[in-house]
Amino acid sequence: MNPLSLLARLGRVALAALAAIGRVALFAVSTFTHMLRPPYYPREFALSLLQIGWLSLPVVALTAVFTGGALALQVYAGGARFNAEAVVPQIVAIGMVRELGPVLVGLMVAARVTSSVAAEIATMKVTEQIDALVTLSTNPMQYLVAPRVLAALVTVPVLVGIGDIIGIAGGYTVSVHNLGFNSAAYLKNTVDFLEPLDLISSLVKGAFFGTIAATMGCYYGMQSGRGAQGVGSATKSSVEAAAVLILATNFILTGVFFSL
Amino acid sequence: MTQAKTSPSNTSHPMIKLDNVHKAFGTNKVLRGMSLEIPKGSSMVIIGGSGTGKSVALKSVLGLITPDSGEIYVDGKPANSGDRDAFLARFGMLFQGGALFDSLPVWQNAAFRLLRGALKRPVEEARAIAIEKLRRVGLKPDVADQLPAELSGGMQKRVGLARAIAAEPEIIFFDEPTTGLDPIMAGVINDLIREIVVEMGATAMTITHDMTSVRAIADNIAMLHDGVIKWTGPVEHLDDSGDPYLDQFIHGRAEGPIEAVR
Repeated sequence: MNPLSLLARLGRVALAALAAIGRVALFAVSTFTHMLRPPYYPREFALSLLQIGWLSLPVVALTAVFTGGALALQVYAGGARFNAEAVVPQIVAIGMVRELGPVLVGLMVAARVTSSVAAEIATMKVTEQIDALVTLSTNPMQYLVAPRVLAALVTVPVLVGIGDIIGIAGGYTVSVHNLGFNSAAYLKNTVDFLEPLDLISSLVKGAFFGTIAATMGCYYGMQSGRGAQGVGSATKSSVEAAAVLILATNFILTGVFFSL
Repeated sequence: MTQAKTSPSNTSHPMIKLDNVHKAFGTNKVLRGMSLEIPKGSSMVIIGGSGTGKSVALKSVLGLITPDSGEIYVDGKPANSGDRDAFLARFGMLFQGGALFDSLPVWQNAAFRLLRGALKRPVEEARAIAIEKLRRVGLKPDVADQLPAELSGGMQKRVGLARAIAAEPEIIFFDEPTTGLDPIMAGVINDLIREIVVEMGATAMTITHDMTSVRAIADNIAMLHDGVIKWTGPVEHLDDSGDPYLDQFIHGRAEGPIEAVR
């Protein structure tokens, strides 16, 4: 292949990627400005709180409890190689609160909420419900997007906090009942080892991940193409984008909180 | 072929005027200089084959699509000027598929505009108006609390019609109002549209392929082909227009100036 044409192709891909980033950034800015401007839609916000927060609890709890239990088993088995089995409570606590809690909750929210938001809004677009909203003097950004993103911003940190607690409880249960740890000592080690910054970073990550998950769902839903294929494509792309952005943001935030 | 214009029935400006409107999607030029005038209080039906730009024209008036060039006037003022909410509050629209909001019960769909925004009313009053409008389109009050998915296609269309007229707009748009309905239900919807437009004194713009609808609803007809109005005139002249495009379309002939494969 001609090196110039290869370069041109690379350039086109890079420009397309930058344009896509720009569109998402403009959409995010527009979402936040619409959050601040009346009219507000409290019913839509309350329904979003229910959908994104309350109804995500079972999947978050199950993910956290199994991850906490598995982490305890792994740390115990790995620690045994250099006589460090006793660090299980500390590693489970720090692992869950700093990393696994926020990341796994973020990814579960991306799987559950991003996909459903994208599919719902894309279907509304395909069936002209978005156009109908506009003709009824209702701004879709204010009626559909802002309540969902705000609800995710508020509820996902709570979900992360709950996931952290349930994950630690999973590790505690396995450690006490299967690995022979003393219950009181396990709890004391967990509480003594965690620092306020660990909890703060967990909740801040949750806020970022929730915002990313809902924004990606809304963005791809609003950009959906026609027909069932358009809805499917929007849903798939939204989950992919949300998952990748959550993991990249997690890396950046971990650096900001613990390395800089 | 000249591009004709409807003469308004009175001397005032038309309620809707499209002047040399162009719109392309990529290389596909959909509207190529469409001009049309719809007098106040009249019912204009735009006919034409699939993909000729009827929906694009309608959505351009509402601002859902921005034309590439040309001017659109509503009641003598440019459509893209002034307060957008006040502008949209003058319109009601029945969408092809109903476009009802799945998550809201029927009465909240019908009363959507009355539950929020500038036309907001107390909930009980909005519900009462919604039930009255549902009754007007032939639906019993017991459907008010059902969800749209629980209704048949014809009933959904009627709810869409109730929503379009709930705030008593000056202008009502109907996008393929009888598509997907059986002939009897299509006749019911046609009669309802005609009655409501006459009763409310509204200006109506309908796009359809259904010639039965055309004869039932229209005061005036415009034939859109290749992005321009090929013929326009009163419904009484539909059968003796002498326009080969219109004749081919209304008789559904495969042979004629309109290519069957587009």
